[in-house]
Amino acid sequence: MPEVTVPIGPHHPALKEPVNFKVIADGEKIVRLELDLSYSHRGIEKAAEQRDFIRVLPLLERVCGICSHSHSTVFVKGIEEIMQVEIPPRAQYIRTIIAELERMHSHLLWLGVAAHEIGFNTLFMWTWRDRELVQDTLEEMSGNRVHYGMNEVGGVRCDLAPHQVSAALERLPFLEERIHQYTDMVNDQQTMLLRFKGVGKLSREEVLNYGAVGPTARASGVDYDVRRDDPYLAYADVPWNVVTDTNGDVYGRTCVRIGELHESVNIVRYCLENIPEGPVRINAPKIAPDGEIMSRYEAPRGELVHFIRTNGTNKVERIDIRTPTLANWTSVAMCLVNKNLADIPVIVAAIDPCLSCTSRITLINTPGGKPGIITFDELRKRRQISDKGRGLP
Amino acid sequence: MAAPLQCLSQRLVNWARIKSPWITLFNSGACNACDIEIIACLMPRFDIERFGILAKGSPRHADILIVTGHVTLKQASRLRRVWEQIPEPRYVIAMGACGASAGAFHGLYHVMERVEDVIPVDVYAAGCPPRPDEIINAVVTCLNLLKEDQVHGGKEWRQRRVREIMEPMERKAGI
Repeated sequence: MPEVTVPIGPHHPALKEPVNFKVIADGEKIVRLELDLSYSHRGIEKAAEQRDFIRVLPLLERVCGICSHSHSTVFVKGIEEIMQVEIPPRAQYIRTIIAELERMHSHLLWLGVAAHEIGFNTLFMWTWRDRELVQDTLEEMSGNRVHYGMNEVGGVRCDLAPHQVSAALERLPFLEERIHQYTDMVNDQQTMLLRFKGVGKLSREEVLNYGAVGPTARASGVDYDVRRDDPYLAYADVPWNVVTDTNGDVYGRTCVRIGELHESVNIVRYCLENIPEGPVRINAPKIAPDGEIMSRYEAPRGELVHFIRTNGTNKVERIDIRTPTLANWTSVAMCLVNKNLADIPVIVAAIDPCLSCTSRITLINTPGGKPGIITFDELRKRRQISDKGRGLP
Repeated sequence: MAAPLQCLSQRLVNWARIKSPWITLFNSGACNACDIEIIACLMPRFDIERFGILAKGSPRHADILIVTGHVTLKQASRLRRVWEQIPEPRYVIAMGACGASAGAFHGLYHVMERVEDVIPVDVYAAGCPPRPDEIINAVVTCLNLLKEDQVHGGKEWRQRRVREIMEPMERKAGI
């Protein structure tokens, strides 16, 4: 049969975010997948160079709406390391609590979306109902449901009051019970087993070759977690385990995420019970000395890296954001080859793609078709021309 | 102003449109926060379906378009095309600070200033991101607007009212 190109996106009922898949199919079998990720490119890295450390944090939080705490934490962690300031242990614990609550909300969200992709909408409704409890806790602690705004260079913005701690602790047993129920469902429900088992299989070698990170890698037996291998925040004090699985398929990734939900509940409980007393922030210097840092963080989707270079001012000279989804795309494109067209949604959803943080843009010279580099002045000039075209000042 | 006389079938359609408006989401390059809050609206806690509101994938089925977030330059033409596919009368809700003024992304090289630069907006939902309650409020506000527009026979009366208020003020200021 001749090969057919099936374009999906950027606006498509099955997609939640703008992305363009070009699926080249031979009958029902996928030959190749081409991706265009640039639809939500905004130019955050460039804008971050023009804002000081206080004003850049709200911007970096908005790289992604789901792992917003990850982006701000990894940034302040790097800046604090360059400045060589030690933040108070209470602030470390509060950051850990928010980070793990964020992981819980992200994994519950993912479980719902994955269930939705296989047509199991009951589970979709259930997980999102339980996720609201996590959101309530986050809202009580930070004042916001999504962008928490907790971090600043030198600590966190608000302290935890005793009643917030007790309210959060009260919600945990119910969540734990629900997560147990989901564990049973994943292992018993035929609906899920049939659609998850053996779909999107990746061997350990493939994962290492394609550089997959996070639950995608751990599901294939790669025992790697930044929280344990390069401890930051309060993870070194907390007893917890890295969850791995050997299945390597979507089922394995589901098991890893549900296992991480259990671990997150335990970490949150430990941190809430053992949170040290003391201040939550110190007065950090306003400027950072010359320096370069590769700041790493285990976001809900995998290893998140910010490369930061400072130059002795109150702004960063360069920041480069490598999000886990970008690392995982190659593995998706590779494991879709020779699979059924109908398995695309669940395989793509299995890495928990987050496109707003992943968007990259490459300039292609249209006549020659060659990628090139564009300077910031040129970009600014284009922007002014497009502003003028729209009648803006 | 008196309502224009309408035939029975038109009145029936108008009634049905208010009782069950269908929405379509367009992610114009947002950071996902607005999207997950909209999905949270559809979930048991907030349950937007009790107002008869149904999220639809195709813009051709929709009455209300919800634009989440700022518009990236690459998505602008796509947003316009999706908006053109919605049958009249179409209403647009711009979500959050980004929809109104690009919010935290104001002035970035690949971001348009406002949704209004691309398509006309009827309702703005405030917040970054708006809470689900605020999203429901925005949709209900949009429904009230729809009702008023039906009485006035179109959207023109709103612009006329703005002109009636603005013109004396502008004359006074000598513009």
